[in-house]
Amino acid sequence: MNESVSIRPHGDGPAVHHERGQRSVFCGLTGIVWLHRKIQDAFFLVVGSRTCAHLIQSAAGVMIFAEPRFATAILDQRDLAGLADVHDELDSVVGRLLERRPDIKLLFLVGSCPSEVIKIDLVRAAQRLNAKHAPKARVISYSGSGIEKTFTEGEDACLAALVPTLPAEPATAAPSLMVVGALADIVEDQFAGLFKDMGVDARFLPARRADAMPAVGPNTRFILAQPFLAETARALEARGARRIAAPYPLGAEGTTLWLKAAAETFDVPAEKFEAAIAPGLARAQMTLARQREKLGGKTIFFFPDSQLEIPLARFLAREVGMKPVDVSTPYLHRALMAEELAMLPAETRLNEGSDVDAQLDRVREKRPDITVCGLGLANPLEAEGLTTKWAIELLFTPIQGYDQAGDLAELFTRPLARRSRLEV
Amino acid sequence: MQLTLWTYEGPPHIGAMRVATGMKGLHFVLHAPQGDTYADLLFTMIERRAERPPVTYTTFQARDLGTDTAEVFKDAARAAYERHHPRAIIVGASCTAELIQDDPGGLAKTLGLPCPVIPLELSAYSRKENWGAAETLYRLARGLAGERRERPARARPLANLLGPTALGFRHRDDIIEITKLLNALGVDVNVTAPMGATPDDLTRLGDADFNVVLYPEVALPAAQYLEKAHGQPYTKTVPIGIGATRDFIAEVRKIANLPETAELPTSNLPWWSRSVDSTYLTGKRVFIFGDGTHVLAAERIAREEIGFDVVGLGTYSREFAREVRERAKLHNIEALITDDYLDVEKAIADAHPELVLGTQMERHISKRLRLPCAVISAPTHVQDFPARYAPQMGFEGANVIFDSWVHPLMMGLEEHLLGMFREDSEFHEHASHLGVSSAPAPAPIPTAAEQPVAAAPTAAAASSPVEPQWTDEATKELKKIPFFVRGKARGNTEKYARERGLTTISVGTLYDAKAHYGR
Repeated sequence: MNESVSIRPHGDGPAVHHERGQRSVFCGLTGIVWLHRKIQDAFFLVVGSRTCAHLIQSAAGVMIFAEPRFATAILDQRDLAGLADVHDELDSVVGRLLERRPDIKLLFLVGSCPSEVIKIDLVRAAQRLNAKHAPKARVISYSGSGIEKTFTEGEDACLAALVPTLPAEPATAAPSLMVVGALADIVEDQFAGLFKDMGVDARFLPARRADAMPAVGPNTRFILAQPFLAETARALEARGARRIAAPYPLGAEGTTLWLKAAAETFDVPAEKFEAAIAPGLARAQMTLARQREKLGGKTIFFFPDSQLEIPLARFLAREVGMKPVDVSTPYLHRALMAEELAMLPAETRLNEGSDVDAQLDRVREKRPDITVCGLGLANPLEAEGLTTKWAIELLFTPIQGYDQAGDLAELFTRPLARRSRLEV
Repeated sequence: MQLTLWTYEGPPHIGAMRVATGMKGLHFVLHAPQGDTYADLLFTMIERRAERPPVTYTTFQARDLGTDTAEVFKDAARAAYERHHPRAIIVGASCTAELIQDDPGGLAKTLGLPCPVIPLELSAYSRKENWGAAETLYRLARGLAGERRERPARARPLANLLGPTALGFRHRDDIIEITKLLNALGVDVNVTAPMGATPDDLTRLGDADFNVVLYPEVALPAAQYLEKAHGQPYTKTVPIGIGATRDFIAEVRKIANLPETAELPTSNLPWWSRSVDSTYLTGKRVFIFGDGTHVLAAERIAREEIGFDVVGLGTYSREFAREVRERAKLHNIEALITDDYLDVEKAIADAHPELVLGTQMERHISKRLRLPCAVISAPTHVQDFPARYAPQMGFEGANVIFDSWVHPLMMGLEEHLLGMFREDSEFHEHASHLGVSSAPAPAPIPTAAEQPVAAAPTAAAASSPVEPQWTDEATKELKKIPFFVRGKARGNTEKYARERGLTTISVGTLYDAKAHYGR
């Protein structure tokens, strides 16, 4: 089951190895854990099994106790026996849920492996429920199933499902900027401020509230804040919007190039752009200089997880002088990653897909200074004497933009610092 | 379809993982979609295991469904054998693979792997985690323990310890504690399973004279099978608490025909519980929820060994519903058999307990309701897999239980003193002697009307418009009361007067109020 094929890319950047085997990754349901925080009046209802509920409970940690806006409708033996019942059951579950939570304005029905395999038509269910509950609450469906989605692709599927419901921007509207991808509120505010200083009015997808989602039309220019949004990008393009190609806003350089790509699209004068970014850029460079002393020359190995691996490796290589020796990503969307690949050191081994046993063999052979991996692998690798940084934190922590650049580097410094402190 | 946010138990394949991860030399090939590997982190993070769980997932994806997921399974099983060379393999399907109806057992058989392969039917849509663990242990015992054989007469009888698994609440230390206890009684341990056992160890299960069932949720089907197939009796008492441990000892002595000569370890619980500082524990209202085994044990400890009043009793283990209901009758309460935490939350709020004993979820419910709480059962979070020795079973377990239940409550003297000072306004109106007092010297006895707003303004507003006035005699009488209870006495008296619409507080009112509020 292990295959590894090497293909030379058309453009710049390292060769890409394709791996297939056992995948040690989260499914797309996990995206709910941060998406429900972002869209404050949305509820995520997984239609799945006890495993799905247990997964979200395990991934959400203590968040589960804070009255979160997600839940699982667990399929049982009765639902499997006769498929006709499932829709009635779902209608009554949703009815009770919306009655109990009248504050919910947007309900996502989230498909899972079991619901996909027995082909519960959630698209139709969403339409039916929408007819029943709109305009009080809108109902939309998407799939977060492991058979279709890997970890952050759950956010992609969610946002892509939102796109057809966005208000239409008139064809005569002035060009507008849409920033796509859920960001921590603090990061979103920083970016909104930077764009404002450049004279650009930026809107964000997803918005913080269901009724504040940005409009889209042929004059919309969108820029991806996250690298895993291929389906969302396609859906936006289908509505006439055009993508601004850029590397992702990780690190000082990444943030500058990202902002610059947007600024150029909106013809922001160079002086105005420089004036807007100067203070943030200076702060980022100062904090990164300190981290460079600690991280420079250290080797780093990425297990596949979120599709953030390539931009992170690029940032760590170019801005704090690390050496990415082996970088795996669950999927590589070449068009969305073109600017990143061109900046990745040529000697990096780059892998698309996953074969966790083969990767474990390689990490043991290469013994990198830091290994970025999931929580199922981190402690076992630490016990083998490898220093790890658990990857999921990179999704839950604000890492984009100038004022987070130092924090981002520090996430990698901390495990090394800890290892050098401990004497027992 | 059940709307669920929190689940007390995972799906049954998690139970099978707990058995496989507890053992050594056993590998689990699980037919499951991409994403189900999340379960690894329960073991590597919550239990802080230093190795990956011995589980290979097929992690099939949508593109595999069109072709042949059966091939994916066979490839994964073959690769797992090649890589890990286990002494035995268990194979099963998670919920999604159950739907696609590949037959892991049949498929694994066709591979002809050079080790025993034991198929599991995990019924993901009707069963849960503990059932999965019990079923797996039962299948392993059935598959590996072999034929019944003659057991030689021995000077010291031999027992198996059945039930401890990975991710079990205090299983690690319970094994140590009960092994010590059995050794002191004159019994040797043959095999502890599944925790720590290899598949080869399981082939020796039949050598023991009897089985000790530590956790019936996991061990009962295997113990019942071994009784039938190997003629091994098994213990029915779970040794959690002093009384239960004593009963367990008596049961073991009877099964193993042992004299009552051995000198046994002791526990501090009986004396700690009798010491006067524990008097305040008498009749404290306690609410108990968790798995069947731990709830039944906790009920007995609460009732017989600490002297609590049990005001709520329940379990998410439906298998134990009958026993838990019986036990609830002792307290004239209705047992709560549910796996819906909202039901538990409501029951706790309604019962007004002073202490909650439960799982991680009850810990959070208690936090929300501002109630003291101690954890007595799985599911638990990382802090309940402690670094220190912390069994629940046996005599040391009783010590651990006494400390962990009592600490969330205030100690007796501490509670007494704080209770007196809490409502003492003189005490509060002065700044601490460590700080600078900005408060003016207090008036001799301020009336309720003159008091700062802090003294229950809502209660005052809700009652009579006229604030009762103290007579000179009553004021003098109040001064005779020691300062540290004076505030409470004044507050109670004024409350008593307001509730009755009295305009004057006389010496009589003061003592009427004392009689009214006194216990």
